[in-house]
Amino acid sequence: MTIQLTHFSAALVFALFASIVFGITHRETTRDMVRYGLYCFVLFLGGVFVAGWAMWLVRR
Amino acid sequence: MANSTTAKTKPAAEPAQRDSMMAVIAPAVGWLIPGAGHIIQRRWIRGVLLLVSIGTMFVLGLMMQGHIYKANGGDILDILGFVGDLGAGGMYIVTLAMNWGQGAIAFAIADYGTKFMIVAGLLNFIAVADAYHIAIGKKQ
Repeated sequence: MTIQLTHFSAALVFALFASIVFGITHRETTRDMVRYGLYCFVLFLGGVFVAGWAMWLVRR
Repeated sequence: MANSTTAKTKPAAEPAQRDSMMAVIAPAVGWLIPGAGHIIQRRWIRGVLLLVSIGTMFVLGLMMQGHIYKANGGDILDILGFVGDLGAGGMYIVTLAMNWGQGAIAFAIADYGTKFMIVAGLLNFIAVADAYHIAIGKKQ
């Protein structure tokens, strides 16, 4: 069984799961875990968009 | 008097021994099954979330036709890939036993799949360290 993800959906799935693990393992309280997980998720996705636009600019 | 001292120290020694056992067992079980190190210490939700996150990431990597690295003494990137994959513990062992993930990386998504499996292993290393910190009382 194989799966074909787009580049963006692969990045989205990666960001989601990595953020969950980072949130759980890097903070003490539940509230801090959720906040840090969301923070990591936003940074991951923000990084994807910044890298995407940077590559678009380099290509032009 | 001496008896009362013995009676006081004995119950305190048992939890300490149990904690030191847990400091060995939790990381070992957590490596074999992602999140199990947390589950055996009654951190149910954290354990299940880790299991789902790391497990799904590894399985998605396989389904994206990612490549799994075996023990090797060749290229440094292959060695690092092996170390990353090894972190997935039981899933890595099963994958090797079933001879999955042996294809060549022929397209971009397969390369992503390879990285998914390596990162799943590396995330499990972090989860194992977290289970150890809980076991020794450094974290709640």
